[in-house]
Amino acid sequence: MSIEVRTAAPGPRPPQPDPTDPRPRPQPGQARHSGWSISDRVGLAAAWACGIALCVAAASIVGFMAWKGVQYLQLEMLTSSPEASMDQSKSGGFLDPLVGTLLLTVIGIAIAIPVGVGIAVWLTEYGRPAGLARLVESGVEVVAGTPSIVLAIFGLLVFQQTFMGIFSFTAEGGSVFGRSFLTAGSMMALIALPLVIGSTREALNSIPRHVREASYALGKDKASTIRRVLLPSARSGIATGATLGMGRICGDTAIVVVLLGASMQTTPESGPLGLLRGTGSTLTSYVYNNSPSGEGNAPEKAYAAAFVLLMIVLLLNFAVGLIGKRNKPQWN
Amino acid sequence: MEAASLNEVALQEPSLEVDRTDRRVELLLGALASTILLLIAGMIIFVLVKALPSFTHNGLAWFGAGGSVDEQLMDIFNSPAEPDQYVYHLRAWPLLYATALITGVAVFISVVFSVLAGIFIVEFAPVRLRKVIEPVVKLLAAVPSVIYGLIGILVVVPFVAHHLISEGRKESVAYVIQLDGTSILVGIFILTVMICPIMIAIIVDALRSVPDKWVEGAAALGVNRWRAMRTVSLRAIRPAIVAALVLATARALGEAIMLSMVAGSVGFAPNPLDGLTFFLEPARPLASTIVDNSEGLSVAPFGQTMYAFAAILLVSSAFLSFAGWAARKSFSRYTLGAR
Repeated sequence: MSIEVRTAAPGPRPPQPDPTDPRPRPQPGQARHSGWSISDRVGLAAAWACGIALCVAAASIVGFMAWKGVQYLQLEMLTSSPEASMDQSKSGGFLDPLVGTLLLTVIGIAIAIPVGVGIAVWLTEYGRPAGLARLVESGVEVVAGTPSIVLAIFGLLVFQQTFMGIFSFTAEGGSVFGRSFLTAGSMMALIALPLVIGSTREALNSIPRHVREASYALGKDKASTIRRVLLPSARSGIATGATLGMGRICGDTAIVVVLLGASMQTTPESGPLGLLRGTGSTLTSYVYNNSPSGEGNAPEKAYAAAFVLLMIVLLLNFAVGLIGKRNKPQWN
Repeated sequence: MEAASLNEVALQEPSLEVDRTDRRVELLLGALASTILLLIAGMIIFVLVKALPSFTHNGLAWFGAGGSVDEQLMDIFNSPAEPDQYVYHLRAWPLLYATALITGVAVFISVVFSVLAGIFIVEFAPVRLRKVIEPVVKLLAAVPSVIYGLIGILVVVPFVAHHLISEGRKESVAYVIQLDGTSILVGIFILTVMICPIMIAIIVDALRSVPDKWVEGAAALGVNRWRAMRTVSLRAIRPAIVAALVLATARALGEAIMLSMVAGSVGFAPNPLDGLTFFLEPARPLASTIVDNSEGLSVAPFGQTMYAFAAILLVSSAFLSFAGWAARKSFSRYTLGAR
């Protein structure tokens, strides 16, 4: 195809225009259009077709979910706990899953931010020995690519060890259950970690070198430069990463199903931190359980919960945009 | 160089005490960063050790076909409690095949679609449409997969069951498999819808970062807008396309909940010889198998079999990130810096 085009373009020289020719000269617009070969036109048409298909798909997904949400969401669903019932009008709301989603997100991000920022600072500011830094970099990439279901059952394996009993509950025979908000939250942190590291690194890299040099010139050492100068400047980048991470945590189902027990109501353990050591559910597992493939089969509830979940994701997305626009330090 | 020398001056000037805190911070952060390597090593070792019995009992036949995989899983689940009588017999081919088929087809369609849609958004879309569609794509990329699964099972699956599957088609394969609308067709379709926004978001960002001068240079040589995009911009963003490909494939490979909802959750290998019916047959990839059976993890041989599935996923995703890294490395000499 391209060979044909190439020979056609330079080709034999076109005959010089004859000034006495009465036929109209080609207009500039026509001349540009004559450069579109068949393959170019097909490509352009394909791009338009894909673009329009994308718009239609996006509009129908967003519109459909909004319609279903408005149709089925009632305010009391947000304030009542789920009950076991075959009748959709009696099966309660999804207060517990909503609280579960918030709790799990907070736990996950509270672990991911300090660890992620620490790793990002080490990678950008220290990064010695270089080989280790490169290994850590690819390690982060491997974690980002690991399916969440694999993280989930790896977490179960780890937290079912006897000495991990404090994170969940221990049965009579000494076997550890391994499923709780803490264990699920720590695996959720791994999902958010690559996003936090990624945007923190980007923010740190965008700080010009002379800012660091100015700090050194004032007698600050590297550690306090990081604490007093670099991290405050990278705040919006860290916030962006954290928000993206929270979006991922909210949306994950596999870890909840395997590691949170996905019990219908939040069931705290006794003792201090009982809630965190207990099991529960989130909006994602609630949607899954109430869909026709789960046990509940209450599609109206599932649509309503999915709508709430979508609103949370929308809010987080909006926050990312807002953070990106504001608070961005300008270096000149 | 300049920074390094300044750095040294800064380090020598203050007292020894400050120097020591600095060193301590470096060591602390370095140790923190190294834990991620420990974690990965631990993950690989833990999962592989746990998975080993399933592999050793079956040998290479583990990857082969033979018998019904769901019956075999049931036998493993019901195996006697004595460790020496554990049942491990498994031929996992239908699950591996389903994973490769659904992921491969969905990713292939998505790459083509996303590149075209990305070019449309950056170069050809009207400005007003562009301002709306970009945030929407970012939103769709963040929508939880369970919502896609819900739409799939409540809207797309009934549609397929009522309009695409005729009685005759149902009867033609009734002796091997039931057609109820949950199928690889729906699985691939929803998966494509799910991963396209992720790829488009990355590709659009990358196309934006191509310097205007490059495209203008091409235009000045007389090529049209389409060919400038194809020959200059698309080549420049090859690393980003690979990155998007890797990310999307990892998502597709690990997608468990959504596929277990819409793809049928039957350990069946769709047969291409069935003609068009092939696309309407159900299947169940590895990740969905683990989620569906997460209750049974405490049964020793059954749990070990599930960890064997996880090991396959872990190894393939690690291999995927390595392949992506190698591909980007090979492009980065000619293109915009690899991310």
